[in-house]
Amino acid sequence: MQAEATTYNYKVVRQFAIMTVVWGIVGMLVGVIIAAQLIWPDLTFGIPWLSYGRLRPLHTNAVVFAFGGSGLFAASYYVVQRTCQVRLFSDGLAAFTFWGWTLVIILAAITLPLGINTSKEYAELEWPIDILIAVVWVSYAVVFFGTLVKRKVPHIYVANWFFGAFILTVALLHIVNSAEIPASFWKSYSAYAGVQDAMVQWWYGHNAVGFFLTAGFLGIMYYFVPKQAGRPVYSYRLSVVHFWALIFTYMWAGPHHLHYTALPDWAQSLGMVFSLILLAPSWGGMINGIMTLSGAWHKLRDDPVLKFLIVSLSFYGMATFEGPMMSIKTVNALSHYTDWTIGHVHAGALGWVAFVTIGAMYYLIPRLWGRAEMYSIRLITLHFWIATLGIVLYIASMWIAGVMQGLMWRAVNNDGTLTYTFVESVKASYPYWTIRLIGGTMFFSGMLIMAYNVWKTARMGKPYDAPIPAVDQNPHGAVVGNLAPAHGV
Amino acid sequence: MSDFTSNFWHWYVAIISLVSIVGCGVLLWVQSKARAPKGKAELHGHVWDDDLTEYNNPMPSWWMWLFYLTIVFALGYLVVYPGLGNFAGTFKWTSANEYEAEMQQANAQYAPLFEKYLKVDIVTLSKDREANAVGQRLFLNSCAQCHGSDAGGAKGFPNLRDKDWLYGGDPATIEASITNGRNGVMPALGAAIGGEQGVKEMAEYVRSLSGLKHDAAMAAAAKPKFAICGACHGADGKGNQQVGAPNLTDDIWLYSSAAEEIANTITNGRGTNQLVPGQSAMPAHKDKLEPAKIRLLAAYVYSLGGGMPAVAAAEAPPATAPPK
Repeated sequence: MQAEATTYNYKVVRQFAIMTVVWGIVGMLVGVIIAAQLIWPDLTFGIPWLSYGRLRPLHTNAVVFAFGGSGLFAASYYVVQRTCQVRLFSDGLAAFTFWGWTLVIILAAITLPLGINTSKEYAELEWPIDILIAVVWVSYAVVFFGTLVKRKVPHIYVANWFFGAFILTVALLHIVNSAEIPASFWKSYSAYAGVQDAMVQWWYGHNAVGFFLTAGFLGIMYYFVPKQAGRPVYSYRLSVVHFWALIFTYMWAGPHHLHYTALPDWAQSLGMVFSLILLAPSWGGMINGIMTLSGAWHKLRDDPVLKFLIVSLSFYGMATFEGPMMSIKTVNALSHYTDWTIGHVHAGALGWVAFVTIGAMYYLIPRLWGRAEMYSIRLITLHFWIATLGIVLYIASMWIAGVMQGLMWRAVNNDGTLTYTFVESVKASYPYWTIRLIGGTMFFSGMLIMAYNVWKTARMGKPYDAPIPAVDQNPHGAVVGNLAPAHGV
Repeated sequence: MSDFTSNFWHWYVAIISLVSIVGCGVLLWVQSKARAPKGKAELHGHVWDDDLTEYNNPMPSWWMWLFYLTIVFALGYLVVYPGLGNFAGTFKWTSANEYEAEMQQANAQYAPLFEKYLKVDIVTLSKDREANAVGQRLFLNSCAQCHGSDAGGAKGFPNLRDKDWLYGGDPATIEASITNGRNGVMPALGAAIGGEQGVKEMAEYVRSLSGLKHDAAMAAAAKPKFAICGACHGADGKGNQQVGAPNLTDDIWLYSSAAEEIANTITNGRGTNQLVPGQSAMPAHKDKLEPAKIRLLAAYVYSLGGGMPAVAAAEAPPATAPPK
């Protein structure tokens, strides 16, 4: 047996943390470009590689899998080591996940603009890349669960339940949905046909939201919120119930993406009722996070990192209320295919996923470079406000545009003819698309501020690998009295 | 009709769904029994990473009630609506039935409004403001996608405002075009015309027919071969509405007057597969729109300025398939 490692592996965490910021900027820039293309369709001079249809999947892949994915890798590797009090299971395999994941992203950035696309939403990458993703993901699972197995702490911390569920489920989702028959090196056909294919796709699609963008980020929340607040998690019991209910119920919710389609009625009904049941389990996470702050609300006033984390939970609560409502068939009849869906997605993606990630990165970056805090707290505050305003503009404009589009599409004249043509609804959407572009640009600018702050912080410090506490400080059952918050009350 | 290939799957879906929903409630109920002692919340006892701890606060009761409420709603919904395998639900609702019912109701409500238009001839109808207003709304939702919201046409899709008609601009023919569609085909004639050079020459000749700038020598060389084209377009190139062959002498172009584009048309022909760039067809609307709506559309198109006088039924050029 090799000698016990004395430090945590922060190198891979640093790599993923930096790439989180980099891919965040790239992904959001592409988002800003396609938002502008909706207003000025000829913006990119008709160059096929830069057309909306090719950049849109690049945007979603870049923000979900490159930005969000890197954030999840960074946070989960950091959290699992520190809450297990051991170094990662394998440094080599962890490095492989970094370089492998980076290669996946680069291949996506090349193939999607070239028009190489399986046409499955959020699973657009072609089969050779799918295989690479599967290999990287299984390696990730080995590193993560290997670390859990060799932990020095008797109990598994709640954040790791969520990371574990996220890693296992994403492996299952990716492998099942990406089952495809290659026709050539860059072209394949789905293994499923017709409505079964659609159902598998949206089983995947909704659980990409449920596990990649929710369970994984709840893992981040459960570590960084109590850490930054310096308070105990509100309720262990609530964690247990909402964890099991959440991961169980999400699996059923996919059919709500296929309301009023060829999907059999029974499947649509089940998708709808399970989406409604999902409301309470989702809110369980929000309550547990926000109530963790009870008794220390004043910290919100002057800690912008905590602001990011707590506001992310508010958006999470809002989006997970909106989601079940939109899954009700009557509501869906109005909201489906409109910009309301886009607004809902961004309430989750910007408000929840990006905010909790940004908060976690502001916590992590100084610690990874041996600093007490970020280079500039004021810049974090600026980032917080510009991003929050950006989200509000984004979501509000999409709500209005979405409801307007839904109402225009269904309006009929006294003679039964449609009141508006489709293009009239497009024309009426321009003002809201402009507001959305402004909101998105503000959010993007916030990421640039963050990049500067991260750069200065890293320059001031130097890469630091924290030592692993030698003694097991947590014998089973002991209550540790020292609950002093991390930095002052 | 059952959605399942065997009864096994019916029970499979029904049982797993019910057990899952009830299971959520049981999980909540069992866990809520393990109440923390009254009074101040205590720490749960485990510590991670120096200072991570957990309170053993009970779950908020409003949250538990919300959870129970959604479970009860789900069970109730599955009693009345389809969801549990083959069980139809007590409302006997299906999405297909709802659609049919809505369509029937709409027909009952709107059909009488349109009946009167069927009794009026198209020329008269085309001068009726109210009829034209309805016709325009129909046009914008059913025709404008190809012909443009001003009916001015687009590449491959004829302008409906001018006096140039592929099949004829009299009321009956317009109505027939909308009802049954048009599938005009230009065969690929590259080899017959004499390969690449022959096609280039023919393109010059075709341009000369409209008085456009052309290479006279090349056009002269192609002239004898125009007999091949004349089979449809007529020896004088003035077209033939019987087969929808365009008039080549009027400088009105379905695709383009550019020599390369004409050459392309001659070489590759023009098919009717709308999924292929450079091909187009007029779809039949008889299964999409009721006869009265088609009549209103014909009247609207007629009113746009290009309508030709009605011809006696016997002289009317036959449509690809005669109208009902």
